[in-house]
Amino acid sequence: MRPLLEKKIPLALVFIIGIIMTLQYFVPHPISQTIYDNSLMWDRAIASMAYIMAIVSFLRFHSRRLKDKNYAPYSLVAILSFAAMVLIGFIGGTGSDSLFQKMYDNMMVPLQATTFSLLAFYMSSAAYRAFRIRGIEATVLMITAFIIIFGTTTIGNYVPKMNEIVEWIMAVPNLASKRGIMIGVGLGVVATSIKIILGIERNWVGG
Amino acid sequence: MILKTILFILFLSPPRVFSPDGTGKKLTIVLDIPDAIRPQITTLNLVRECSDGKIDTLDILPFLKAYTDNSLSHKKDYRYKILAYSNGNLIFESEWSEYTRPTAKWFDKDKLPLFIAMMLFTIIMIYYIAQARANKPLYLRPIAGLEAVNEAIGRATEMGRPIIYINGLTGISDIATIAALNILSHVTKRAGQFETRIVVPCYDPVVYTIAREIVKEAYTTIGRPDLFNPDDVYFATDSQFGYAAHVAARMVREQSATNFFMGYYFAESLILSETGASTGAIQVAGTDSVAQLPFFVVTCDYTLIGEELYAASAYLSREPLLTGTIKAQDLAKLLLVAVIVLLSILSLFKVNITLGLF
Repeated sequence: MRPLLEKKIPLALVFIIGIIMTLQYFVPHPISQTIYDNSLMWDRAIASMAYIMAIVSFLRFHSRRLKDKNYAPYSLVAILSFAAMVLIGFIGGTGSDSLFQKMYDNMMVPLQATTFSLLAFYMSSAAYRAFRIRGIEATVLMITAFIIIFGTTTIGNYVPKMNEIVEWIMAVPNLASKRGIMIGVGLGVVATSIKIILGIERNWVGG
Repeated sequence: MILKTILFILFLSPPRVFSPDGTGKKLTIVLDIPDAIRPQITTLNLVRECSDGKIDTLDILPFLKAYTDNSLSHKKDYRYKILAYSNGNLIFESEWSEYTRPTAKWFDKDKLPLFIAMMLFTIIMIYYIAQARANKPLYLRPIAGLEAVNEAIGRATEMGRPIIYINGLTGISDIATIAALNILSHVTKRAGQFETRIVVPCYDPVVYTIAREIVKEAYTTIGRPDLFNPDDVYFATDSQFGYAAHVAARMVREQSATNFFMGYYFAESLILSETGASTGAIQVAGTDSVAQLPFFVVTCDYTLIGEELYAASAYLSREPLLTGTIKAQDLAKLLLVAVIVLLSILSLFKVNITLGLF
């Protein structure tokens, strides 16, 4: 009974729905659109159930870590913040003038911006490592990076032909490499989809 | 006076109406209004009459040259007429157009080249799968990043520290996430054989539920269900930088020996991978996010670039059916490169044989 419920039925469902949704992409008829819209509704319904499980996971994870003195302060803050936002949202609503929204705008957004701003420092250290001359490739990378950085600064604008050189690097070798990767990705996406639809790739049901 | 009469006649002619696509929900109305008249128009209305007798007036922008009416029914006919106003005074009124029905088609002809390409690729795949079934040996080129997976797990085992595995920051509808989950299964099985702990903080609730089951099943498959710890596969947060902060903190506090970054990433990629690099962990990344690839290349020991992420599952399992699909990918790529080179050469001689497909 277990293999039937855990493997055979999910694989059969994926096969049937995978074929239907693939064909749906090529069929513009309203019936096809209705199938697509309904599938999106199913997606939302499943996601909302998954959120309940995710919240349980979040609370269980942090409540267990309360016993560990190394992690307890952080987990306590996480649980209290979660509880406070839920209570404030339920009691005062989530409208644009609500306390919930104000807390989001004045606490959550600055915290996210702070973490985001750390990127500048991480970029510096990553760039240092990337531009160390260790071989021919690293040398080419460093020279190219120098041209791009210099060409996009104010001083670079005064150097004749610099803008054209920067544009050429971005539009020809850079774009060509990107497109090469994108073609491979596109084929990989189709191959993975076909493998899953045909049931060749089964790791998602335990192999 | 003559100009006004000509313009009046032009306006009297009914608007042209056609079905723009096969969705059966849209009609496009061409607003043939001479440019000389447009500055006078302050309000432009389109009156729509349905075959069931219902009449609606649509208020549209005076500068529009065509208007697509959405949310129609493919079982009814519609006709339109234009009303143009200048400061509230009706200056022109067109005749009613013919009754037109939105066309509902069963195949989108514009997508025919894509359909043919997809079918061709599927046939190539099925051919190679058949080859694999017949036990014909298929050569796979070595991929350094995948060769390093076992080495990375081994290092974590030797050091007695955990592995951190991240499935990317997109939902389950993204194929990169599915590819990451497939690799997670292999990594968990291998880590489980050495009793090495694997920690999977999740960003998306749906991905969390699937990742949890995959890890549980992987341990069961190798006969070690006791190794599954529900606290090691958990939902962290769905805030992008909150997640980055959480994972970075875990890397620093637990000093993970190995970090895997598989799937699709955004601006947080560098925060995650640079933190991991600073702790001295061996890092393997795999993404199809072209914008984030340079960051991973710089900060990680091995990086799976684009399609290698999708090949990983087959490469790690060495299952003949899966390796057959990689050969099909390679052949399709070869065909595409040949077409691109051929068309590029022809374009140098100003020969265009693309048949409007590109």
